[in-house]
Amino acid sequence: MSAILNRRTVLRGMLGGTVITVGLPMLDCFLDSNGEAMADGAPLPKTFVSWFQGLGFAPTYWEPKKVGMGYEFGPQMKTLQTLRDKINIASGLKVFLDAHPAGAHSAGPAGCLQGGVSTPNLPTIDQIVADAIGTRTRYRSIEVSCDGTQEGYSRRSATAINPPQTSPTALYADIFGSGFVDPNVAEFKPDPLVMARKSVLSAVAAKREKLTQFVGASDRMRLDEYFSSLRSMEQKLQIQLEKPAPMEACSSPKNFKKFEVQPGMLIDEAREANRLFAQLLAHAFSCGQTNVAHLNFGGSSSDLREAGSQQTFHMYTHEEMVDPVLGYQKKVAWFSNQVTEALVDFAHAFEAIKEGKGTLLDRAIIMYSTDSGYARSHSVENMPMMTIGGAGGALKTGVHVSAPGDGVTRFGLTVMQALGVPIGSWGIESNTTTKTITEFLA
Amino acid sequence: MTRFTLPRIATFLVAAGVVAAATPAVIDFASVKAAAPAAAEATDQALMRRLTPQQYQRIVSDVFGVDMEIQGRFEPVPRVSGLLEVGTGKVGLTASGFQQYYTIAQGIAAKALDEQHRDFLVPCKPANAQAADAACAQQFLTKVGELLYRRPLAADEMKTQVDLASKGANDLKNFYTGLALSLESMMVQPQFIYRQETVVPSKSKPGQFELDAYSKATRLSFFFWDTSPDRILMDAAKDGSLDTPAGMKKQIERLAASPRLEDGMRSFFVDMLQFDQLDLVGKDATLYPNFTRNAVDDAREQTLRTITDHLINQNGDYRGLFTTRKTFLTPMLGSLYRVSVRSDVPNGYPQEWTAYQYPEGDPRAGILTHVSFVSLHSHPGRTSPTIRGKAMREVMLCQKVPDPPGNVNFTVVQDTTNPLYKTARERLNAHATEAMCTGCHKITDPIGLALENFDSDGAYRTSENGAPIDTNGTIDGKPFNNALTLGQVVSQLPAATSCLVNRLSAYGLGRDVPRSQGDWLKTIQASFATNGYRVTDLMKTLAASPEFYQSAAPK
Repeated sequence: MSAILNRRTVLRGMLGGTVITVGLPMLDCFLDSNGEAMADGAPLPKTFVSWFQGLGFAPTYWEPKKVGMGYEFGPQMKTLQTLRDKINIASGLKVFLDAHPAGAHSAGPAGCLQGGVSTPNLPTIDQIVADAIGTRTRYRSIEVSCDGTQEGYSRRSATAINPPQTSPTALYADIFGSGFVDPNVAEFKPDPLVMARKSVLSAVAAKREKLTQFVGASDRMRLDEYFSSLRSMEQKLQIQLEKPAPMEACSSPKNFKKFEVQPGMLIDEAREANRLFAQLLAHAFSCGQTNVAHLNFGGSSSDLREAGSQQTFHMYTHEEMVDPVLGYQKKVAWFSNQVTEALVDFAHAFEAIKEGKGTLLDRAIIMYSTDSGYARSHSVENMPMMTIGGAGGALKTGVHVSAPGDGVTRFGLTVMQALGVPIGSWGIESNTTTKTITEFLA
Repeated sequence: MTRFTLPRIATFLVAAGVVAAATPAVIDFASVKAAAPAAAEATDQALMRRLTPQQYQRIVSDVFGVDMEIQGRFEPVPRVSGLLEVGTGKVGLTASGFQQYYTIAQGIAAKALDEQHRDFLVPCKPANAQAADAACAQQFLTKVGELLYRRPLAADEMKTQVDLASKGANDLKNFYTGLALSLESMMVQPQFIYRQETVVPSKSKPGQFELDAYSKATRLSFFFWDTSPDRILMDAAKDGSLDTPAGMKKQIERLAASPRLEDGMRSFFVDMLQFDQLDLVGKDATLYPNFTRNAVDDAREQTLRTITDHLINQNGDYRGLFTTRKTFLTPMLGSLYRVSVRSDVPNGYPQEWTAYQYPEGDPRAGILTHVSFVSLHSHPGRTSPTIRGKAMREVMLCQKVPDPPGNVNFTVVQDTTNPLYKTARERLNAHATEAMCTGCHKITDPIGLALENFDSDGAYRTSENGAPIDTNGTIDGKPFNNALTLGQVVSQLPAATSCLVNRLSAYGLGRDVPRSQGDWLKTIQASFATNGYRVTDLMKTLAASPEFYQSAAPK
């Protein structure tokens, strides 16, 4: 079997030979003269990726020394230097543990992504953002995981945890297979089967009241989640029935490589999955299929490792000696560098999509977060936080802000406001904040 | 926030009250993992449970035939209180999870009603295949609906489904397409994907509440067979006999005597032993070349065969699982165990399982020494006494311990490549004496060190890096000197048998047993001992007691 996937092979497989209308090149009349906005003058939507990898970096070896613009990354982040002018970075931010016995490796992501450590019930940033900018797309959000595990950091509540897709091949088929409607297609005809399914789901939704009448409180909450998921599905079908707004840069990935991550947590596999997922997500954004995504690279207490090695990234953080000359753990730094390289790979896929005079990255925020300020000691002080991309002009970029002792929630709040989420305060307990990082905002 | 969806190697636990002591610490820092979600307080409310992938597959095969393959993956369930089955009583459904269910249901409905299947699944022919036929649709939906919802459909439910089929058939000019639309919608409704239980006032105990007959039938059927009730059980619910002690007893005996008991028992032990996690186990191909994907599948099967043979076919004592020399092997497992497995199947036939008995003096006996257990609880590139010891405490003895705190300062960290510390024991002993960690490791590591003769892939070894492995230790004050004696000691611990009762009852109820039913659990434990620790008897005792079906009043 061919190791290369393209839309044609997927469609052939799925529809068993049914004739497919392939989208025609987009007509110029749909776009404004610059190609940076829709024909009706509305700007292209902002997009967001929450990109996660645990175990952070060694303190004092990643932070830029200079505050403001024109900074240089510390040695453990030097790979990012080429993207510096698109990156905002904050140092000194912390997660407040208050009196809660926060689990090692779990308090960091809770603080960065959920705004607090005391309850598992808080929604993650990507889901708050999706409620603001993801309701008119085919996918409200897409979650992926690169290490082969179905683990991720995206949830609406403690009982509604989004399962990430682990297979690039499956995600390709899902996005660009039979359900895909090219937004630039000249003629659009709604699929009668989709129409029928939508009315079927409406009939099921109508039973909500009856089904939730006699159940206990916790089951009622779960049924509410069920029905809001059903409603999302209905909306998704509705969107498939409408002629999509043209997107200039839309194209499906060409010669997409078939790839499945094998169990065993090999970092090379995770990096390949990250590259492929980046490509898929960038194309999905460029075609208006979604505006929000979450990528888990290798988890919080990350077991990523090299082939042939007994040790994992996580083991090294606790077991490797600090190199007396370098001042940090050498092998851990090697892994950290793999992470920044993966981040660069990811951003490059967004830059590869040209939109008007700029690229997809200009209207995106790729937010990096992690689980620790110093993995060796499970510290949640001085958490490295970064954005890549300009959020459609809402962010100034290329700025380093140092805010020692401030809550890490300031970062999330800033990102959400830049993306247009109507939110003035975020976080719980000591992690609550109303203060954005104004230096980042345009 | 934790790595929620699959607490792969979940928490790092210590028995409550154990405090740091000034003895040498045995610490494997790398086993410190993110915490699993805290279990909610036990309730006596009947909870709806989402079907597991295994249950879903079984039901689909039961209803539509064995050739129905499930295309796609389900949203995962978190393991709560040691069991996915308890997790199924706590999960909602995300938008992407819903979509997965919908896609899978569409595939099944399309196949069930395609030209190859419709003739034997649909009990009638439509008057016109290009148009609606409400009567024929209703015949099919009645037959299938009762099996999917595990009760007869209410009149208004049936009307909705028939109307959907008719509308779809007329809109799309195809009877079977309309029927498929109705069927796929049933398979995505909460009445199917959740096991919903109906609570009614108790007939025998005024003022109390219990499950209605159909819900009892469902609970029984999933407990013994891990699938929906069959026709006979549904009939017993319908005619009221299941609400009588004699009728209930008759059904329990029938379920327990069926060959399908093996399905139920396998599902329970996969859940209790966390063998679902074996899907994620991969070993380094250079260090462990024999540990292939197929070998992992065989390793899981080996232990499940050993368990069901011992507990069902031999009607053996549960404690014997920790010491039995009897097992089953394939030639592939033979290469991991380094024993010759003779296969006399004719050329071209798949390799078969062969009964095997570890000879007297062999270092292996009991399921703790199986490849499944030791490889599951190891790193990809080396063993971990801490993880293995923790698994022993959590999985086999139901012991719980708190998470390690954040912001721990590991003041002394040793280089694992240091030639002075060749074995895991030496490395661990040489580690720090951080007080807050020592207490925990004291209760996990000695047990795990007893299994150090088994490498990460399960292969036997007597030395590590050229130094002999020392497997001596104690558990709860009782000494052992290797994996064999560890198995003997563990099998005699009261916690080993009480743990099984706890897990099996929670598995049946889909929730932890509330404190208010603590006395009931004690009675069950006593009868388990009286019956010589026979697990089928234990299942029957649980299922026959009214407490198994009790619930708080519906709210």
